Amino acid sequence: MTAAPSPENAVALELRDVGKEYPGGVHALRSVSVDILTGDQVAVVGPSGSGKTTMLTILGTLERPTSGVVHVAGRDVVKASDSDLAGLRAFEIGFVFQGFHLQDSMTALDNVANGMLYTGAPLRERREAAKGALERVGLGERVTHRPQQLSGGEKQRVAIARAIAKQPTIILADEPTGNLDSKSGQAVLELLHELAAEGATLALITHDEHVAETFSRRLQMRDGEIVSDERQ
Amino acid sequence: MSVAALKGPGLPRRRRRGGRDVARLAPHELFGVALQGLGTRRLRAALSALGIAIGIGAMVAVVGVSASSQANLLSTIDRLGTNLLTVTPGTTFFGANEVLPSTAIPMIHHMANINQVSAVYAVPNINVFRTPFVPSTQTGGIGVDATDTGLVKAMNSSVASGLFFNAASETEPTVVLGAAAAADLQIEKVTGHVQLFVGGTWFTVIGILNSMTLDTSLDNDVFIGLPAAEHLFQVQPSPSEIYVRANVNDVSSVANLLAATSDPQNASGVNVSQPSNVLEARAAAKGQFTTLLLGLGAVALLVGAIGIANIMVISVLERRGEIGLRRALGATRRHISTQFLAESALLAALGGVAGLVFGAVATWVYSVAQNEPWVVPVYALIAAPAAGLLIGAVAGLYPAAKAARLSPTEALRAT
Repeated sequence: MTAAPSPENAVALELRDVGKEYPGGVHALRSVSVDILTGDQVAVVGPSGSGKTTMLTILGTLERPTSGVVHVAGRDVVKASDSDLAGLRAFEIGFVFQGFHLQDSMTALDNVANGMLYTGAPLRERREAAKGALERVGLGERVTHRPQQLSGGEKQRVAIARAIAKQPTIILADEPTGNLDSKSGQAVLELLHELAAEGATLALITHDEHVAETFSRRLQMRDGEIVSDERQ
Repeated sequence: MSVAALKGPGLPRRRRRGGRDVARLAPHELFGVALQGLGTRRLRAALSALGIAIGIGAMVAVVGVSASSQANLLSTIDRLGTNLLTVTPGTTFFGANEVLPSTAIPMIHHMANINQVSAVYAVPNINVFRTPFVPSTQTGGIGVDATDTGLVKAMNSSVASGLFFNAASETEPTVVLGAAAAADLQIEKVTGHVQLFVGGTWFTVIGILNSMTLDTSLDNDVFIGLPAAEHLFQVQPSPSEIYVRANVNDVSSVANLLAATSDPQNASGVNVSQPSNVLEARAAAKGQFTTLLLGLGAVALLVGAIGIANIMVISVLERRGEIGLRRALGATRRHISTQFLAESALLAALGGVAGLVFGAVATWVYSVAQNEPWVVPVYALIAAPAAGLLIGAVAGLYPAAKAARLSPTEALRAT
C-alpha cells in the first residue's frame, strides 16, 4: 500500500536562512539552512539551548520563523494560513514528544484515534486505523489499557502509534527516549527507525550521542546554528 | 512531493479537498471533545455549574410560583363565571351619591340575553348584635343588606349551613349571614334556634353563606329579605347594587345597555362593571411582584457566570499541554477557541437544566403546600437551558481567546 511514487531526492523539509528571535532578544536560531530529503533519517544533536527544539517546532509548523524561508512537504510555511498549516500537521506530520502527552482518561485506542481527530475522519475509521497502528507498535494486547496502566516504554509506543496511524510523510520526534530506561529507549528507537524506513522522513532531536549514532545523518547544533552535518 | 506512505493499515486516503489538506472538526466531534473535557474534571464542573443552576432555579421557581397562583386565581374566575355584571349608582357631578330607581330591576328583567338578576339594598342605620345588651357602638363593622331570593345563584356561591331565603322566609324576620360576618359573630353552624338582634327586633338565623369571591365585600354583611326590610325598617326598594348574569356570548352588549336600562333618565349616573375583570387584573398584578425576585436570580446568574469564566481560565492554564498537543495534531486556533467556548457553554447549559429541575421541584412543593395547580411556564423549559448556554458562551469568550492565543511550543513545554 504505497502512495504515488515520487523522486527519491525530493526535499521533504527545507530551511533557508531561517532565524527565530523570541521577544526579549533571544536568538534561538541564526541563519539555519538545511535540506532534508524524503526518506532521510536525521538526528539533531546539541546541548540544551542550542536551538534544536526551536528548529523542530519550525519544521513541525507549530511556529513560524522570524526570518528566512521554510518549506514543509512542498508548502511555504511562512506564507501559509493558520488553517493550511493545521491541515499539514493533521495529515503530513506525526509528532512524538519526550513527555508522551497521552490523555489519562482515555484508553490507548482512543488516545491513538484522537490523534486523527482533526483529519475529519469518522470515529469508526479512526479507531480502525488506531487498532492497526497499535498492533504495528506491538501493543495489540493493550488497546483497552489506560496510560496509567502502561509502562514508560509502552506509553511512548502508544504515542508513536498516534503519530503514525494517520500515515504521515514526516515524523518529528523530540527526545522520545529521554524519559525511558535504556532498554525500552533502545526498543522505541528501533521502532522509529523501522517505521520511518517504511516510507517517512524522520527527524529526531537528542542530546544522547548513542542515540545519534544510530542515524545515517547527524546535524550538530550550537548557539542556534548548525555547526556540522555528518553523513555516514 | 509525497513519498510512499507508511505500510500497514491506516486511514482511508480521502483527505484531499480541492488539492489541499484541510483540518476539520465536525460539530458532533466538537460536542464529544467538550463533553470529554468536562468529564475529566467532574467535581469541578459540577461545582462551577452550581452557580448557574441556583440562579436559573431561583428564576424558574419565582416564575413557576407566580404562574401557579395566577392559574389558581384564573381557574377560580372560570369557575365563578366571567358573565357577571354589576350595576351600582354613581356619584353626581357634585359628589353626591346617585340613587338607582326602584324600576331598575323589572326593567333589567325585560332585557334579552339575561340569565339571572339579583340585587342588594342598603338598610341604613340598622346594626346587628348577638344580644340587646351589647353597646350599640360595637357593631363589629357588620352591615345589614336586604336582598332577594336569587343572590346566591347570581354570585355562584353556595350555602355553607342552613338555607337561603325562599318566597316564604324572605317576608319573615329571618337572617342569612355572610361568611366573614358569621365568623365575627361566632356562629359556625345553623343549629337549633339561633337569634340575632337586628334593629331592635329578634331575627332567626336560617343560613350561613360561603365566601362570594366575585364580590367579597358582601361576606362582611348579613342579609334579610327585602319584603321584611320594607315592612320592618321602611327600606326603599332602590337597589344599592344589582347583579346581572348575562349570556356568556353577550356580556359586552348587555353591559352596554345596562346603564340606560337601569335608569333611562340618568344613565350617566349608573356604573356598570365586570368583577371578573378586576380579579383578572389582580392575577396579572400578582406577576408584577416577582420582578424583584427575578432580579435576585439574575444576580446569582451573574455570579455563576463569573465563576464559570474563572474556572475556564484556570482550566486553560492547566491544560496547556493538551492545547499544545491538539495544535500539533492539526487543530487550528479556531478549533481550540471553539472547544473551550463549547465546554463553557455546555457546562452552563447543564447548569441551566439542573436549575430548571430545581425550580420545577420548588414550584411543585409550593403548589402542593398551597393546594394550587402546579404550573411551570412552557417557555421556561426552553429559556432555562438557552439562558445557560448563552451565559456560558459569553463567560467562555475570554478563556477561549486565551487558549487560542497560547503558543503551541510553550504549551507543549509546559508539561
